[in-house]
Amino acid sequence: MSHGRSLEDEVGGQGTTLDAGAVRERLAGRGGRAYWHALEELADDPRFHALLRRELPGVSEGLLGGDGRAGRREFLRLMGASLALGGLGACTRQPLERIVPYARSPEQTIPGEPLYFATAIPLMGDALGVLVESHMGRPTKVEGNPDHPASLGATDAFAQAAVLSLYDPDRSHSIRRTGKISTWGAFLSELQTRLDGLNAQGGQGLSLLIGDLASPTLDDQLAGVRAKLPKARFHHWTPVHRDNARAGAQLAFGRDLATRYHFDRARVVVALDADFLASGTGGVRYARDFTAARRARAQGSNARTMNRLYCVESWASLTGGMADERLPLRPSEVEGFARALASMLGVDVEVPRISDRAQGFAASVARELTNHRGAGLVVAGEYASPVAHALAHALNQRVENTGTTVEYTTPLESIDSSSQTESLRALVDDLRAGRVDTLVALGGNPVYDAPADLDFAAALVSAPFRVHLSESVDETSESCTWHIPQAHFLESWSDARAYDGTVSIVQPLIAPLYGGRTAHEMIATLLGRSGVSAYDLVRERWRKTRTGLSDKEFESFWATTLHDGLVAGTQVPALQVGVRTLALPPPPRVPTGLELVFRPDAATHDGRFANNGWLQETPRPLTRLTWGNVCLMSPINAREQKLTSGDVVNIIASERRVQAPVWVTPGQPEGSICLFLGYGRDRAGELGTGVGYDAYRLRSSYLPWSVAGVTVRPTGHKTQVASVQDHAVMEGRDLVRVHTFDRFKGDAHADEDHGSVEHLSLYSPYSYEGNAWGMVIDLNACIGCNACMLACQAENNVPIVGKEEVLRGREMHWIRIDRYYEPRPGESPDDNPQVLHQPVTCMHCENAPCEVVCPVGATVHSSEGLNDMVYNRCVGTRYCANNCPYKVRRFNFFHYADDTTESLKLGRNPDVTVRTRGVMEKCTYCVQRISAARIESKKDGRPIQDGEIQSACQQVCPTQAITFGDINDGSSRIAALRKEPDHYSLLGETGTSPRTTYLAKFTNPDHGLEQQGDG
Amino acid sequence: MASTEVETDPRSRPQVIAPGHTHGSITEKITKIVLKRRTPLGWYVGLGVCFSLVMLMLASITKLLLEGTGIWGLNAPVGWGFAIICFVWWIGIGHAGTLISAILLLFRQDWRTSINRFAEAMTLFAVACAGIFPLLHLGRPWLAYWLMPYPNTMALWPQFRSPLVWDVFAVSTYATVSALFWYVGLIPDLATLRDRAKSRVFKIIYGALALGWRGAARHWERYETAYLLLAGLATPLVVSVHTVVSFDFAVSLIPGWHATIFPPYFVAGAIYSGFAMVMTLAIPLRAVYGLQDFITMRHLQNMAKIILATGLIVAYGYVMEVFFAWYSASQFEGAMMYQRMTGPYAWAYWLLILCNVVTPQFLWSKRVRNSVPTLFLLSIIVNVGMWLERFVIVVTSLSRDYLPSSWDHYTGTFWDWSLYLGTIGLFGALLFLFIRFLPMISIFEMRTLVPSGSKEAEGE
Repeated sequence: MSHGRSLEDEVGGQGTTLDAGAVRERLAGRGGRAYWHALEELADDPRFHALLRRELPGVSEGLLGGDGRAGRREFLRLMGASLALGGLGACTRQPLERIVPYARSPEQTIPGEPLYFATAIPLMGDALGVLVESHMGRPTKVEGNPDHPASLGATDAFAQAAVLSLYDPDRSHSIRRTGKISTWGAFLSELQTRLDGLNAQGGQGLSLLIGDLASPTLDDQLAGVRAKLPKARFHHWTPVHRDNARAGAQLAFGRDLATRYHFDRARVVVALDADFLASGTGGVRYARDFTAARRARAQGSNARTMNRLYCVESWASLTGGMADERLPLRPSEVEGFARALASMLGVDVEVPRISDRAQGFAASVARELTNHRGAGLVVAGEYASPVAHALAHALNQRVENTGTTVEYTTPLESIDSSSQTESLRALVDDLRAGRVDTLVALGGNPVYDAPADLDFAAALVSAPFRVHLSESVDETSESCTWHIPQAHFLESWSDARAYDGTVSIVQPLIAPLYGGRTAHEMIATLLGRSGVSAYDLVRERWRKTRTGLSDKEFESFWATTLHDGLVAGTQVPALQVGVRTLALPPPPRVPTGLELVFRPDAATHDGRFANNGWLQETPRPLTRLTWGNVCLMSPINAREQKLTSGDVVNIIASERRVQAPVWVTPGQPEGSICLFLGYGRDRAGELGTGVGYDAYRLRSSYLPWSVAGVTVRPTGHKTQVASVQDHAVMEGRDLVRVHTFDRFKGDAHADEDHGSVEHLSLYSPYSYEGNAWGMVIDLNACIGCNACMLACQAENNVPIVGKEEVLRGREMHWIRIDRYYEPRPGESPDDNPQVLHQPVTCMHCENAPCEVVCPVGATVHSSEGLNDMVYNRCVGTRYCANNCPYKVRRFNFFHYADDTTESLKLGRNPDVTVRTRGVMEKCTYCVQRISAARIESKKDGRPIQDGEIQSACQQVCPTQAITFGDINDGSSRIAALRKEPDHYSLLGETGTSPRTTYLAKFTNPDHGLEQQGDG
Repeated sequence: MASTEVETDPRSRPQVIAPGHTHGSITEKITKIVLKRRTPLGWYVGLGVCFSLVMLMLASITKLLLEGTGIWGLNAPVGWGFAIICFVWWIGIGHAGTLISAILLLFRQDWRTSINRFAEAMTLFAVACAGIFPLLHLGRPWLAYWLMPYPNTMALWPQFRSPLVWDVFAVSTYATVSALFWYVGLIPDLATLRDRAKSRVFKIIYGALALGWRGAARHWERYETAYLLLAGLATPLVVSVHTVVSFDFAVSLIPGWHATIFPPYFVAGAIYSGFAMVMTLAIPLRAVYGLQDFITMRHLQNMAKIILATGLIVAYGYVMEVFFAWYSASQFEGAMMYQRMTGPYAWAYWLLILCNVVTPQFLWSKRVRNSVPTLFLLSIIVNVGMWLERFVIVVTSLSRDYLPSSWDHYTGTFWDWSLYLGTIGLFGALLFLFIRFLPMISIFEMRTLVPSGSKEAEGE
């Protein structure tokens, strides 16, 4: 129907022609004679004739008989033909389709065997090297790239959910012009008229707004635009930006520098409002390095060592949950703490009054940092003030950490080294002043996520020609004249820089499903090179940087790079820099009243993943909430205001307000409430639209991370918040074992597993001739990041059930991360509890309570000790789930699997059954991976090697908390771990003999600090 | 009503049949209800109400089959809810019939005669209602036959270690034997109805059902033997069915389920609720159909005493649950009991104690045992209490078990209630049809109660 479309477009453009809508309008509301009169009028209208000729070429000529009168014979002839053709239509046969095997199979493709391709996920200005599993051309699962420095084989939760975003049925399917479907050709022709003018004026009036920027090719292309159109303006905006870090580097070094940490070398880590373990720049690698220095168990001949983490933070973060010593502060007090600490270590800085508790904490930290010169690390987070950043740099230099645990490099982004907020403000000013004629936004969603005081949405429309490249038709696309669907990274050629500068080539796993385009192609189009593919653009860029290579050598370089997933030797070298004398502003006044902090959400991040059902339904770390955001509030403040979790409050800050449900969270500092960004979207898609409230409405460009003087007013309403864990304490049960490190070091066998009972059963025990699979989960390494939950979901086709079903307690996750709070010695459990994470999978009990109670034998013990679910045999009595003391079994109360949405079918793992209504399911230890490895080993005539099988949760874990292997094999890693003194079985006293077992959690408290507290 | 009861017995104990009845008068009085009396308007109203509930049940079942067990309030820790509660409740109610017919027959308790027929019918209908639930609570009910041992090409058998398989055998045996027992007991009376029916249609139907009964001495001899044998066969079932049903819980390892006291405690509870239901039905029946002569105060008092006795056993069960929660020294058992008494379902627990432990204590009083309205009220309270008992066992144990992270709340939805009410409707509708078309009191056995030496009945 391209004809009809262009017609409508014409109408949109010019007022004089007539379209079907206008005809309808003219006839509307008239009846009887008036109607016929209007019809006659129409028939005489030359514009109507023109319309008919366009709409029905040929026919109208005949009907109207040239002179405007329909010939009777002609009419009858046409009607007859139409009827005959109409009848023919009913006889249409389905075209014959033959299913034939490949005459020549595509290279390497063996039906049923997956292939893996190295690529990289550009995410939040950073990249993570990954290997993507492809089944017959369909990417199904993302794994970390073990060779990539940011990944080392692991990924975060977002990377795991990327596959679902690719197949999201709500992605944009077509180019749109003011909401109506259009074509690339139409866009090009309209753009060309603009470009002609822009080229003539050197780019005057062209503004480019870039979202995530981590691609060297895009950098070069932008440089190309700058060269060709020198007057064009470049802007950069992501709502979770690093402006404070950059301003801090400016303060400390007089120039923008990127900071790189080596947590593995640090014995003492001090985090100032830094959530470095959660996903952020280098987060996956940092989590690995951090826990590596925390293992607390002898590795080879090395003695047991463990780092100590001090956390000073203004909210309850994942990193704070791992802290050995934690100081909850209000956001405005964090800088004061940093000043006090710096002053104690000899940095000349003005110190405000801070509380005795903070003073004591700072003294302890100062002592420890001095005791561990060169092996300490002070980290200021994105949310800490620029001064805190500068002081962190100064402190690291003062205690000789620079060069060992912390390094500085040139900034990774090539354009726009100044503040993103200022960059966006400049764009808004330009828009308001009418200086922007053509705005091209590559990614991002500023209409939704720009600071509220800038009122970006209102300013945007003053640019007459607005183009937005995005994966779905979002809020910004709605406000733009043109929307171009963006190719997903799994459909794109590109390149991307990791946290340390290492570049990976992003290669597509599949052709764009909906004809999406990349940012590279958009820029090329601006430069008059439309039609050049992203592949050519990326290759061209790399050919240019490798001029020394012959064509053949370059091919070899290219092939190696694609295969390895990274360009060797692109890591940015460390610079030798020194902190200059700090000229800091005076300490800020600590305001009275409630303060609030904004944080990106663990599921939707800045809102971009709002329509990703996997992420939405994965319980957020610590809060264990799904499908929505809340306002975290300290139990102390909640008691004062007589609020309980779920109470809806009005939060008023800077004369703006939002309504949010309160969630009372132990560990949230008194006087600080935390709001999560990324919800309340108007245009996210079927799943994400309208979920939660929009915290951006309170966020101003001047106060991006915290606001003081906040009022919280109860509304008297209560809302249902979908929490998957209602009970947060262990009730004195021996579930998560916690030891203090120094006690354990002295008496390593203090924790003999006395709870377990030996085989107590009427039935004889099983014997295992070959392999006996088991899993050990190291609770000391688990940071509770959720990556395992999403990896399991992607690997095992675990369905999502939606908020209503989560509220009923029917979530389907095969692995979950239980979170408990315990009081810290000498601390209030309200604002500073110990957080304990416990991943729980199916335990594959030797003496499985589920197996004996199933009346049809649908859950049975395998010869390798797995507790297998036979979906086909299951009749759904749910007796097994009742009798499981770990409650890991999940029941399909409804038909949760979506088997009507075609695109979602593509993403399923073909090796795993999609379960139907009425059957039980649970963790299988990724039995499909075990089978695959068994087949391989049998083909090679060898036993399965230790480490050859990785369960999905194990493979993805950034901290390597999960070990899977053969417990029959005495030399396996898991067998060694099961001999550790802190090894124990969960609920061992019930006699289940679980195969999944745990290693205890350790804390490394600062006893000096505790004594202070007691004194 | 109580005032009409005149205690004429010198031992101040009401008789099992009012004086002055002859064989003829008994036959006349009972058959009249089926054959002659105009169907009372109340019968139509009652059947209408029950039938509407049956329609509600059918709607619930349709919805369930179309959409799945998700329409109920079940969730991850609480995998069993109303369906299992109601199943156990109905099965328990079904216990009184067999007890009255079989055990009291063997013990030659002649007072059982006037209540055994409808108690047996009640049993049958209660088992029918009970049978609906385990079928429908399956995730895939169309595969329920997989619980039966039948030869198949997959060479698969049920998993015999599972108590649910034992349930299949126990309940189906119980249903079969109860139906047989009831039908065999009906044969002489069906012959009586055949002989007295005026309508040809009824003659044919009752005739076919009477299996050619002529009342010959040889018939009676064989009949008595068969009936006794069936009674012997049914007796162990009284104990076995609820024992096996209790295994569903006792065999598991959930705190609050895993208890050795469950079998005797469940059996006592079943008899307790069964007699309460017999009482609930008998009191209005004797009033509406004027059967005070046959279902005398003696019956009501005896049943009240059994309710009191079994109620005490049930109370002992509750006490032992609490005791062992403490004595076992298992923190999970202790916490379970604590949660039961103080947790989110404490209301159900204390209401249950009120209904099942406190209420029956009133039966120690002779005045209470002689007051028909009070007995009626008490019997209903006991029925509610027994439903609550199963609710407390199933839901509180599951909702808070080993890992506090999994704890969750359970509430029944509309569809949970609708199916439960629907089966009550089914039970009622079947009973209404029964009292309209079959003799609700055993005629031939009642005749044996007429004191010997009185006037012989003529005819027959």
